[in-house]
Amino acid sequence: MRGGLTGTRIRERRMMAGLRQAELAAAVGISPSYLNLIEHNRRRIGGKLLVDIARRLDVEASALAEGAEVALLQGLREAAAGHEAASADLPRIEEFAGRFPGWAQLVVDQGRRLAELERTVELLSDRMAHDPSLSASLHEVLSVVTAIRATAAILAETKDIDPGWQARFHRNIHDDSRRLAEGTKALVTYLDDSTDAPDRQGTPQEEVEAFLKARGYHFPELEAGHADIGALIASGAELSSAPARELARRFLERYAHDAASLPLEAFAAAVSETGPEPGHLAHRFGVDPLMVFRRLASLPEARMGTPAGLVLCDGSGTLTFRKPLAGFALPRFGAACPLWPLYRALTHPMDRVRLVVEQASRPPQRFLTYALCQPVGMQGFSGPQVVEAAMLILPAPRGAEDAEATPIGTSCRVCPRRDCAARREPSILADGF
Amino acid sequence: MGRDVLLIEDEPNIIEAIRFVLSRDGWNVQTHSDGRGAYDRVVDLRPDVVILDVMLPERSGFDILRDIRAGKETAALPVLVLTAKGQSKDREMAESLGASRFMTKPFSNNEVLATVRDLAGP
Repeated sequence: MRGGLTGTRIRERRMMAGLRQAELAAAVGISPSYLNLIEHNRRRIGGKLLVDIARRLDVEASALAEGAEVALLQGLREAAAGHEAASADLPRIEEFAGRFPGWAQLVVDQGRRLAELERTVELLSDRMAHDPSLSASLHEVLSVVTAIRATAAILAETKDIDPGWQARFHRNIHDDSRRLAEGTKALVTYLDDSTDAPDRQGTPQEEVEAFLKARGYHFPELEAGHADIGALIASGAELSSAPARELARRFLERYAHDAASLPLEAFAAAVSETGPEPGHLAHRFGVDPLMVFRRLASLPEARMGTPAGLVLCDGSGTLTFRKPLAGFALPRFGAACPLWPLYRALTHPMDRVRLVVEQASRPPQRFLTYALCQPVGMQGFSGPQVVEAAMLILPAPRGAEDAEATPIGTSCRVCPRRDCAARREPSILADGF
Repeated sequence: MGRDVLLIEDEPNIIEAIRFVLSRDGWNVQTHSDGRGAYDRVVDLRPDVVILDVMLPERSGFDILRDIRAGKETAALPVLVLTAKGQSKDREMAESLGASRFMTKPFSNNEVLATVRDLAGP
């Protein structure tokens, strides 16, 4: 497990290169004892020093600090968010992960489970407060109970009640008791169905993401053009709630339409020929760039030649689709970094945005992003204009390390950038990494 | 001659029960069973007390109460607000709109009767 940590990787690479600690330390301008602390994961390392060591060891800096370690540390930071004592210990986060990787993973797993449960509670609270069906059912039950109570009280407390009135009130109670029985039965059925909804995957969107992730975001059946979308959805064990199945249906219908417009073989051949440049591909095939974004994100990496991530958001900025790319952390809950090119596109509909961005990870990682916001659907001239923005995320091309890059983060709470003009809340990493 | 109560409520059996209880106490009970036109009934009838349900078809009891308090001829009418929504925000809403009293369903007949008597005064 410790082999997953930066220091350990540096030590392994150094030994493979046949270098002594003193030699590598001298080459990068630090003392051998300091390098020794780094190699034993007792000192944090990042930025220029990591780049220098990587260069001397003839490896990419990202090869020394990516994968499980980054995910573990990111998970720990998320788990520490809002926890004062843990936040104070953030400077020792790597030491903790290095010395107790199993415990660290437990903290991460429990932090995520807690976040899922909080989200479920939030969903249920929202449902209780705003669900019109539940509100109507409860109102119906309370109204009938009120009628029964008022009528029964008359029968019980009125000594000289006229027989005609008495018969009438008996009939009312009988009718109301039947309504009450039906109303409570409907309510119980509704609540039974509702408790299934959040399920283990969390929100409907998360269920769909689990469904897509399990299939690598690629559907050979839809590429062939004769898939039964209903059957595909029915086969998705991850899609346990009706809203999730509805979201999946919408996604798959759009996927099928995209696949028909940009057939796999022709599209993959074009990508091999010209590279994953959405503008060129959109022009070549005569389709809109967002369709190209989606197709690039749905191609298997082997056909694409490079991994691709994709995020979509609606006009409110809410993320509606997330396909992650290694190293480009996407917030699990809540809002993302407002500096993402996605939001630049959202505020400038139809402007094509191409930006190299630098994630505030350690070491900083660069990505090439394309973003665009377009109207969706045919609303005519009288309906509301609905827009969708998309951001395609690709690994930074060679040479991008020398280019200017836009600094971005994941979301404010776990972003270490100081003096960020876009910051909306304090970071738990206020003191940096 | 009895005094007038206007009961604005859409649940027939609640109407019947309240009408029975108040009538035996000497009140003239008029009823209206949806939100639409309810305020016009208040203006026409100018009752001594209005009993107003919140969840009504067509128009909310809160909207009707707002109209009652805004109308020059109806602003001072005593209004007992009835609702199945017992949440504090509904009570706050009713009070902010000028409800004279607020009662959550299910209520007791004696409670309604006592409140109506109290609101109408001697």
